[in-house]
Amino acid sequence: MNRSHRHGAGSGCLGTMEVKSKFGAEFRRFSLERSKPGKFEEFYGLLQHVHKIPNVEVLVGYADIHGDLLPINNDDNYHKAVSTANPLLRIFIQKKEEADYSAFGTDTLIKKKNVLTNVLRPDNHRKKPHIVISMPQDFRPVSSIIDVDILPETHRRVRLYKYGTEKPLGFYIRDGSSVRVTPHGLEKVPGIFISRLVPGGLAQSTGLLAVNDEVLEVNGIEVSGKSLDQVTDMMIANSRNLIITVRPANQRNNVVRNSRTSGSSGQSTDNSLLGYPQQIEPSFEPEDEDSDEDDIIIEGNGVPRQIPKADPNTESLESLTQIELNFESGQNGFIPSNEVSFAPIASGTNTEFEMCDADQKLLEEDGTIITL
Amino acid sequence: MMKFRFRRQGADPQREKLKQELFAFNKTVEHGFPNQPSALAFDPELRIMAIGTRTGAVKIYGAPGVEFTGLHRDTATVTQMLFLPGQGCLLTLLDDSSLHLWEIVPRNCCARLEEAHSFQPTSRPGSDGASGPPCLARVTVVLLVAEGSMAALGTESGSIFFLDMPTLKLLEGQTLSPDEVLQSVPGDYRCGKALGPVEALQGHLRDPTKMLIGYSRGLLVIWNLAAQCAHRVFLGNQQLESLCWERSGGTLVSSHSDGSYAVWSADTGGSPAVQPTIATMPYGPFPCKAINKILWRSCVSGDHFIIFSGGMPRASYGDRHCVSVLRAETLVTLDFTSRIIDFFTVHSSQLEDEFDEPQALAVLLEEELVVLDLQTPGWPALPAPYLAPLHSSAITCSAHVANVPAKLWARLVSAGEQQSPQPAPTALSWPITGGRNLAQEPLQRGLLLTGHEDGTVRFWDASGVALRLLYKLSTASLFQTDCDHSDSLAQAAEDDWPPFRKVGCFDPYSDDPRLGVQKVALCKYTAHMVVAGTAGQVLVLELSDMPSEQVVSVASVDLLQDREGFTWKGHERLSPRTGPLPWPAGFQPRVLVQCLPPAAVTAVTLHAEWSLVAFGTSHGFGLFDYQRKSPVLSRCTLHPNDSLAMEGPLSRVKSLKKSLRQSFRRIRKSRVSGKKRTVIANSKLQEANAQLAEQACPHDMEVTPVQRRIEPRSADDSLSGVVRCLYFADTFLRDATHHGPTMWAGTNSGSVFAYALEVPVATAGGEKRPERAVEAVLGKEVQLMHRAPVVAIAVLDGRGRPLPEPYEASRDLAQAPDMQGGHAVLIASEEQFKVFTLPKVSAKTKFKLTAHEGCRVRKVALATFASVACEDYTETGLACLTNLGDVHIFSVPGLRPQVHYPCIRKEDISGIASCVFTRHGQGFYLISPSEFERFSLSARNITEPLCSLDISWPHDTAHTSSSEESEKSLRTVAEEEARTRTILIR
Repeated sequence: MNRSHRHGAGSGCLGTMEVKSKFGAEFRRFSLERSKPGKFEEFYGLLQHVHKIPNVEVLVGYADIHGDLLPINNDDNYHKAVSTANPLLRIFIQKKEEADYSAFGTDTLIKKKNVLTNVLRPDNHRKKPHIVISMPQDFRPVSSIIDVDILPETHRRVRLYKYGTEKPLGFYIRDGSSVRVTPHGLEKVPGIFISRLVPGGLAQSTGLLAVNDEVLEVNGIEVSGKSLDQVTDMMIANSRNLIITVRPANQRNNVVRNSRTSGSSGQSTDNSLLGYPQQIEPSFEPEDEDSDEDDIIIEGNGVPRQIPKADPNTESLESLTQIELNFESGQNGFIPSNEVSFAPIASGTNTEFEMCDADQKLLEEDGTIITL
Repeated sequence: MMKFRFRRQGADPQREKLKQELFAFNKTVEHGFPNQPSALAFDPELRIMAIGTRTGAVKIYGAPGVEFTGLHRDTATVTQMLFLPGQGCLLTLLDDSSLHLWEIVPRNCCARLEEAHSFQPTSRPGSDGASGPPCLARVTVVLLVAEGSMAALGTESGSIFFLDMPTLKLLEGQTLSPDEVLQSVPGDYRCGKALGPVEALQGHLRDPTKMLIGYSRGLLVIWNLAAQCAHRVFLGNQQLESLCWERSGGTLVSSHSDGSYAVWSADTGGSPAVQPTIATMPYGPFPCKAINKILWRSCVSGDHFIIFSGGMPRASYGDRHCVSVLRAETLVTLDFTSRIIDFFTVHSSQLEDEFDEPQALAVLLEEELVVLDLQTPGWPALPAPYLAPLHSSAITCSAHVANVPAKLWARLVSAGEQQSPQPAPTALSWPITGGRNLAQEPLQRGLLLTGHEDGTVRFWDASGVALRLLYKLSTASLFQTDCDHSDSLAQAAEDDWPPFRKVGCFDPYSDDPRLGVQKVALCKYTAHMVVAGTAGQVLVLELSDMPSEQVVSVASVDLLQDREGFTWKGHERLSPRTGPLPWPAGFQPRVLVQCLPPAAVTAVTLHAEWSLVAFGTSHGFGLFDYQRKSPVLSRCTLHPNDSLAMEGPLSRVKSLKKSLRQSFRRIRKSRVSGKKRTVIANSKLQEANAQLAEQACPHDMEVTPVQRRIEPRSADDSLSGVVRCLYFADTFLRDATHHGPTMWAGTNSGSVFAYALEVPVATAGGEKRPERAVEAVLGKEVQLMHRAPVVAIAVLDGRGRPLPEPYEASRDLAQAPDMQGGHAVLIASEEQFKVFTLPKVSAKTKFKLTAHEGCRVRKVALATFASVACEDYTETGLACLTNLGDVHIFSVPGLRPQVHYPCIRKEDISGIASCVFTRHGQGFYLISPSEFERFSLSARNITEPLCSLDISWPHDTAHTSSSEESEKSLRTVAEEEARTRTILIR
């Protein structure tokens, strides 16, 4: 241990980086090659080795430049941690079973000050309840903005994921009339509008839908010419995976794009899909999307199972095309301006790696957690 | 997405052509009795009858199968109709005083009814009364004069106008004003009073130059049209209702508002005649109601018939609907159950005949048509071959049975004949015989079963255009009801004056609502039948050719089983009569199963080969072995949170309130949409006005917006336990190598239960299976994730064809199913169709109708569609009626949308609910309580009237061009019909 410490200290300027790892009350110091950090699994094994805890499940966290404690649990955030460590990478290890998730991802100044004490004394009384953020694999998508690259700037396509029954979708629609530009001039046409959001409901907590937004499509099907009851039935039929295209009543928060890049996602920016052919359909296929909608079959012996697909050739590319945003219900802090910064990302999120970079940037800016 | 799919399919021209050969939408014929009839006419020469309705429809009937239908452009009441005798032309008067001339013209091989001319009186403001020419304001009566070359219009002002026929042009100079008539009336009669509206106009058969005019005040004038002078004047003083001019011309009869009629002699006495020869008040001396219409018909024997409607004593029988028939000393007061619209007699129309010699009296009532044979003593009623009053008790359910075997048909017909009193051999046959039915004899017999509110099931011959009652089954006699026979006792105690005679079969009053029939199933091979009703009664019946007396075994099945905490607050179950009961020939009950709690039966199915009947209510379902008379299975489908279903219909006060509110909303909505429809039809000016009005409208619309909550269905929604469908199939449920009997049940909350049944196999040659218990084991339970109600379940064989009905294959009436495995089950919910493989139940194909179209499934059926081009090419399709009233057809088992047509207005909820599909791509739905519209989705299998009239077309070439225009207007009424018809290849 001593040797590694000395070695690391001595060669700090030669592309290696000093790592200070803490587990319980014990510290270990070692060094890593900054340019070749390796994989997360290797790093995880190294940590287990240096702390002599080979069979203990642990959570790995690091303190970033702002002093926030952030998790390391995959290659991406590991690389991020290595690349941003300056000069020292401070690692905090907790046993998984006694982990304090609330220590992660803090974003307030108060918490920033307290982050280390929190870790050191987990039972320390905190004045403010912290938002519990679990591990990424425990996250599930709740809502997302999709297809930003193919939609006009005035429209927004929102996907709501209804799991279980705890939280209502929580919105109402009504008839109304909107004005369209036609070859014969302005024309008043009947339309469907969001009339009410239930407080605490899924629709309200996403912040992506608002009262008086005009509903244009439901799961890819235009609603023009359909009655309120028809649209209601369509939405309920799709309620487990509802994709609504709206024209927001408030048009000030629309995606601002360069006129140059308004075409397809291919041109949008540097984080384009060089190695990937354009294989993703611009529009989603509702037919193939209901993997979550499989019926349950109970055999005579009473064991329920999901009904399998007879033809399993459906590709689940959808996860690549979207950013899933997760907000806790208590945190209604989705400031509309966020949309502006999110949306361009959605246009080019075809590789997970670049996606991650963008994530981190956002994290730094306003601290909202985005997960894939 | 949908567009994309359609385009992809549309790219295949071969498939498009095939679709045109398979599918076509036609509304073909309206069965039953026209709703709200308002006028009647009869052509004695062609022997055809016309009925007009309050919605402007005109229907002409002749011999069975001869039917013509027309619809006026405006929805106005038809107040009077006149045939131009022998010409196939009909003049109609609407309550907006417009006149329309309809012609039956030959088109292709058969004839159609088309509007040829119309006349709208122009009301000129400022020209009313004394100043200027009299105005043609309101037409009260119409008469054809001068051998049909002119029409005389009597008006409210008392003037009579003349129109040229058939062009319907006003003959300006010929108007006969009341002042002209008054010149021949003595001064003391005039005494400064007006004559009032023209109440009646009558022509004379032999003397076309004379016309009898009756004014409201009572004055009767025989006017000489040629000489333009009054021939004779009769100074009546009673307010006039109607007039009849006797055949020989020597006698006039007038009926009056005080319930009296007067007979005047036209030959003798001086001209102005002051006193009638006879004046009598048949139901006096107490005040009577008006005699609305009177007919005088002479007989060869020298005496005569006087037939009149109304005139009943105001106080005691003022509410009765009566027609009195008087011949010599015989008086019969025909007592009907609904309002009398009009009546006519069928009599000799030959000019040279000296007497009328009436054969039959036809009375059109609000709800039925009754025809009496006047030549047979006792004047018995003649059974009508069409115009069946479907709604003699309200229809509660209906079912169609296709391809009925000849044997069952004959037994049903004979059972029906034993039911109705046989007409005497000398009796008259149906007197309305005009026209020729060109339709081919139907290739197969179709049976339409209707269940009614009073516990009856009626069996209709639905093979052809005329729907005919074959047999009526009544289940009420099995049960004890409160009000039994008290009516008939009261009847007997009544005075025998007036001599009432009950006529007609329209009886909308049900003794006990629990008797109502909810579901019907019939096995056409074994003549076994199940009738299930409102109080949870499930009756298994068997057709017997002989009357018998026997005990019906009763069993009850508890569908709640051990569920606790539920109390049924609805109606009691029906108590069956005990002991042996006499049963007439026909369907006789064998077993009665009563569900507990006694909620209405919501699904029923029968498998005669296995002697099993399955039934479901809002609480659960049961399976009953009716051979051994023992229950096999019962299962509760209630969700623990579902309390509404338990409480029964009585305590649903809240939801009643809610439904009232909803229905008011619906009415308001339909009014709004109705307004929009008329706007389209009307002129541009009105359109602009409507637009202006609409611009003003949104303001108050915004105040109370209609909102819809978007929330997925949850498991504990109310009424989730209602069993929506039950199905028996011989298929692979447990493993892929052994097939066997299965039963399937689907509920309102998207659950499907599949049971494997152990049915003892009948020995070879033996009809009945051995006496061993049937066992049921739950094999699979499917919960559809979208939780929509399951409306239908069907098993498809290895070739993707639906399994045949029980016995169908074994009796060589259907192709045997492919039992080599590869079966699949089609589950149709209100939102989606899905095909799952069997026995693994993995999803194979699906179509999410609601997600794509925003509509919900109301009715589905598998049907076979035959191609018009190729004799033996058929396809199975899934026909589906949505809550928007559209019919969609999907391929099976691919579940690809093929075609869709608008069929029923979406506001017509009862029409959508009443729809039934046949096995060969036709369907029926109620367009009014008394009428079934028949429609056809198949391009090949169409049942529509094809008929002709034998008329010498006098001005054939003249009217073909002019009728072109009117044809167009008729077409707009049934526009889509026309569009699809053009595709038809005949």
